[in-house]
Amino acid sequence: MSARQVHGIVRPKSAAATFLRLLLFAVLGLFVLYYLMPLIVMAITAVKPLDEIRTGTLLSLPKDVTFEPTLRAWDSACVGVRCEGLKPYVWNSIAMVIPAVVFSTLLGAINGYALTKWRFRGADVIFGLMLFGAFIPFQVVLLPMARTLGVLGLAGTVPGLVLVHTVYGLAFTTLFFRNFFVGVADGIVQAAKVDGAGFFGIFFRIVLPMAPPAIVVTVIWQFTQIWNDFLFGIAFTVGDSNPVTVALNNLVASSTGVKEYNVDMAAAIIAAIPTLIVYVFAGKYFIRGLSAGAVKG
Amino acid sequence: MSDIRLRNVRKRFGTNEVIKGIDLDIEEGEFVVLVGPSGCGKSTLLNLVSGLETLSDGDVFIGERKVNDVAPKDRDIAMVFQSYALYPTKSVEDNITFGMVTRHVPRQAREKALAEVADLLHIDTLLARKPGQLSGGQRQRVAMGRALVRNPDVFLFDEPLSNLDAKLRVEMRTEIKKLHRRLGKTVIYVTHDQIEAMSLASRIAVMDNGTIRQVAPPEAIYEEPVDLFVASFIGSPSMNLFKGRVVENSGLHLEVTDEEGTIHFPVPEALAGPARRYLGRELYLGLRPETIGREGTQRPCRATFAFERMIDVVEPTGPDTLLVFTLGGIEAIARVHPEDKAPVDSKYRFEVNMDRAKLFDPETGKRL
Repeated sequence: MSARQVHGIVRPKSAAATFLRLLLFAVLGLFVLYYLMPLIVMAITAVKPLDEIRTGTLLSLPKDVTFEPTLRAWDSACVGVRCEGLKPYVWNSIAMVIPAVVFSTLLGAINGYALTKWRFRGADVIFGLMLFGAFIPFQVVLLPMARTLGVLGLAGTVPGLVLVHTVYGLAFTTLFFRNFFVGVADGIVQAAKVDGAGFFGIFFRIVLPMAPPAIVVTVIWQFTQIWNDFLFGIAFTVGDSNPVTVALNNLVASSTGVKEYNVDMAAAIIAAIPTLIVYVFAGKYFIRGLSAGAVKG
Repeated sequence: MSDIRLRNVRKRFGTNEVIKGIDLDIEEGEFVVLVGPSGCGKSTLLNLVSGLETLSDGDVFIGERKVNDVAPKDRDIAMVFQSYALYPTKSVEDNITFGMVTRHVPRQAREKALAEVADLLHIDTLLARKPGQLSGGQRQRVAMGRALVRNPDVFLFDEPLSNLDAKLRVEMRTEIKKLHRRLGKTVIYVTHDQIEAMSLASRIAVMDNGTIRQVAPPEAIYEEPVDLFVASFIGSPSMNLFKGRVVENSGLHLEVTDEEGTIHFPVPEALAGPARRYLGRELYLGLRPETIGREGTQRPCRATFAFERMIDVVEPTGPDTLLVFTLGGIEAIARVHPEDKAPVDSKYRFEVNMDRAKLFDPETGKRL
């Protein structure tokens, strides 16, 4: 550790302070344990054979680590009557999340850019209405959305779900990008106008390349929201087109005879891994992006 | 090259009129500076010429062409923005050539133009850098380069030097003046800095509250301001304005009274005619700080006049020293040679060159 990093750390100065410091760490440690417990239980249960689960306790470590439940959860566990594991549903989720994230992010970026850099009469009202969209609960849009999908012939399909998530995500993505672009100097856009670039020319060649912090925040946010969504998934898809969250529910619900906790836990981990990966790799940009608008410069 | 004509130009934002009917003719190759306090509409007027704002009323001509509905990119203008407005993700080279790329200028012509401008502005070693890696002065040069490569008919500058420190500002000011002499293009330059305006302009347009008060060469703006606003805005420290009564007392005098006594400033001969009409009424007497000095130091002329006041504050500036005193209820400033200074709270004999005194009507603000 360099001297610069050590500098500024508060050190306890007396016995009482040391005691308080230890107490603080003990409490914090307890919170950490409490917070991590479900994940630990999930992870160790997923690699235990069934009889060990039956004889041991929740927290006892596996004597004999097995990845058989994970494999079963991936490609042979029964979801309803279909016994192919979560694999096809993971692909459904991927086929849903990628276009939905791309479309909602891109449209949000264009919205944010138009609302801040091409001011027009009523821009504030439109932004206000879009912002309002971010506060509408999912349940409220279920019925109208079902009707819309029916009319469009997209009911019960993955593309239908992509449309739902894109539309519902626009409020958030527009908000993120609008707040980012407000901090971009108008002079830059004016200079590009004098230089002869048009609406999309300025967007793709000048403004969007400045926006990686906002893009990262939006992508992580949208990816997490859409991947983890259960309500839209269960409401607007049927059987084979279910996303992984709905399939996970069905897998856990459709055990025959013996309850295979290890397979259930492994399936839950499989369903959670993509969002974890995204956060681990892009998390620091997420923090940076969230504070990017706060301080100019 | 083109002249620029503005005819009854108006701009409203909602119900708020910020440009209130401006007429201005700018000749080919002229360097016109729009100057005024912040919020007077000078940047808005520039944006109306550039096309970044749309006219509410009136006409703008560039050359023979009426450009009211012509997009900025088709007006044959180039603009330098306040705070540079460089494209932060592009290299210096791409910043400068972006306009040519969008206009599909062939690569060879682009490279030639880039090389010329880079050489002219001494930025040829910086071409691969991003704006974030440049100093303020270098960014300013790149912003100018971006305007220069267009080789336009008209250059528009929007407070281009306001983000630079004092030393760089003076350097770049000289450089802009040299560039203008060399290229001979029409320039409109917006600033709130009256020294910048004085030193750069072939003509200055002083703006206030959406109107132009006066358009004239710098010397005329300084020596013959049309009204109180122009007189007090141009010049630093600004003109001393004393309110006095016109009295006949073996010659026409302006009587300024305060608790230290009454002073009778003789009205200069040239102004006696118009001033006589105000006999018994009040007028503003305008005296620039440099026309007030220690007794005996003003250039010998017929119209010197001396009076005595206490010195309140002494402010050395280097080449001159400013003496602050109170006269007629206002704080006045005299600019004297450093060797003529005197301690605070001492009596001082001031001498005024009344030939350079101005008189203003207190109601209309107009100069007599």
